Amino acid sequence: MTPLVEVRNLVKHFERGGGLFRGKTVVRAVDNVSFSVNQGETYALVGESGSGKSTTGRCMLRLIEPSSGEVLFRGENVLGFSSTRMRAARRDMQMVFQDPYSSLNPRMRAFTIVEEPLIIHGIGTTAERRDRVAGLFKLVGLDPAHLDRYPHAFSGGQRQRIGLARALALNPSFIIADEPVSALDVSIQAQVINLLMDLQQQLQLTYLFIAHDLRLVRHIAGRVAVMYLGRIVEMGRTADIFANAQHPYTQALLSAVPAIDPDAPRARIALDASRVNRDAPLRQIAEGHFAAVD
Amino acid sequence: MTPLLAVRNLRTVFDATPPVVAVNDVSFEIHKGETLGVVGESGSGKSVTAFSIIRLVQEPGRIESGQILFQGKDLLSVPEDHMRQVRGAGIGFVFQEPMAALNPVMRVGAHIAEALSVHGIASGKAARERAIELLGAVRIVDAQRRVDDYPHQLSGGMRQRVMLAIALACKPPLVIADEPTTALDVTVQAQMLELLRDMKRQFDLSLLLITHDFGVIAEMADRVVVMHRGKIVEQAPVRDIFRNPQHPYTKGLLASIPGGEPGTRLKGVPSEVDW
Repeated sequence: MTPLVEVRNLVKHFERGGGLFRGKTVVRAVDNVSFSVNQGETYALVGESGSGKSTTGRCMLRLIEPSSGEVLFRGENVLGFSSTRMRAARRDMQMVFQDPYSSLNPRMRAFTIVEEPLIIHGIGTTAERRDRVAGLFKLVGLDPAHLDRYPHAFSGGQRQRIGLARALALNPSFIIADEPVSALDVSIQAQVINLLMDLQQQLQLTYLFIAHDLRLVRHIAGRVAVMYLGRIVEMGRTADIFANAQHPYTQALLSAVPAIDPDAPRARIALDASRVNRDAPLRQIAEGHFAAVD
Repeated sequence: MTPLLAVRNLRTVFDATPPVVAVNDVSFEIHKGETLGVVGESGSGKSVTAFSIIRLVQEPGRIESGQILFQGKDLLSVPEDHMRQVRGAGIGFVFQEPMAALNPVMRVGAHIAEALSVHGIASGKAARERAIELLGAVRIVDAQRRVDDYPHQLSGGMRQRVMLAIALACKPPLVIADEPTTALDVTVQAQMLELLRDMKRQFDLSLLLITHDFGVIAEMADRVVVMHRGKIVEQAPVRDIFRNPQHPYTKGLLASIPGGEPGTRLKGVPSEVDW
């Protein structure tokens, strides 16, 4: 299978501090990350705060510019694209953000929020866009009668649907979803997850799912990469990672998730930092299963 | 045996047009040594219930009726200065956002010392020594030095430990913890839950644990109260909640959590007309 998206040796360094008498320190937010996402699959990037998972996603769409590396989309390195070419490429690669409260402009009506990408890309007449937006509203399970409302009139789950409608407006094939349900209540999460799975089937979407919720990742992702301090420390088929984690960080992370069962044995594995060799390269443990262990 | 805390027919409303009944006829008990988990989604009234117990409901909210019997005394009929003694010495609390609960210009040790001196337990050097002890008890490494840190110098997990140290300072028999691990990463959450369990044993505590996370409930609670729109829809021992939930809302919440066959649709909560 040819990958739809391939990330090669992606690096993002942020410089921090630095003043008259103090040198700058470099934060290696994303430190030589490589993975690929196949057509039609859901690939998850997991990790805790500061692991670099969101920065990786943003660099892939060049919402922030990476320091070095390649992001191949359908075989072409988008990091070499001019800004005009990049804008065109973004029709096919879209992002859904975590916080449905801050990611929608409060002064724009839901209709305008979803219509905006169509205008930017010069698609359709006013009437055609009106129809398209109404269609998108229905697609994500919103009532087109509410098109003229402002974001504050919608619940969190509905706002996330608006964000999704906007992301889908240009018929993308690839969607990066950065913690798309983590701000939502569990019953609403279930609805949005179902919607994301339905849309994937219906529109043949490919997802990169950035998440910290391992239960959710196990449910929706076919493959997963675990990030720790800017690097991928383990990746492979989700079932293999959950059944047979090799990296000490993955083991600690998986064991920290509370079971939905009061009788489940608690077997916490504490992360022993001395067991982590940060420079260990990823090596193949089993078919398609890689871990950065010596 | 008389319960440590008995909430009876509590009703807390927010004055608006129309008024919002945030807590509607809620009754439950906590016995000595017990952990009661209160679980619900946003707007279920779980936090307002907690704030009602310590009489810290913010305007325009007010407790309309009910009883809050703590160690046999109705907290809704005691004067405010008695209530101040109860807060801290009788009931300690840990909130979700430690950064919002801690004073940014006060050193960590001063927070604990303040609690000790307000309740006349210790002051000056003795309070400082006790603060260091408590920081050590909640497993803050290098407590001797950390006692002089400001809240912003600590990680989220450490701040939450400091909150717990403050809550434990006056050795209250009951601690209310409102989403104590929600803002934390999962590995830090696991440490915090373990610490709560240990402290419960060491300080002989009862715990009222408010959370939206059934994983936290499964791990910590002896009994569970499920809230929805201000009302208790189900109340049962923890095993019954997970093995044999009775209310459609409880069933729906449990069915909303990913965990079955990967890739299958999540069942979710049935619409309210179905129950």
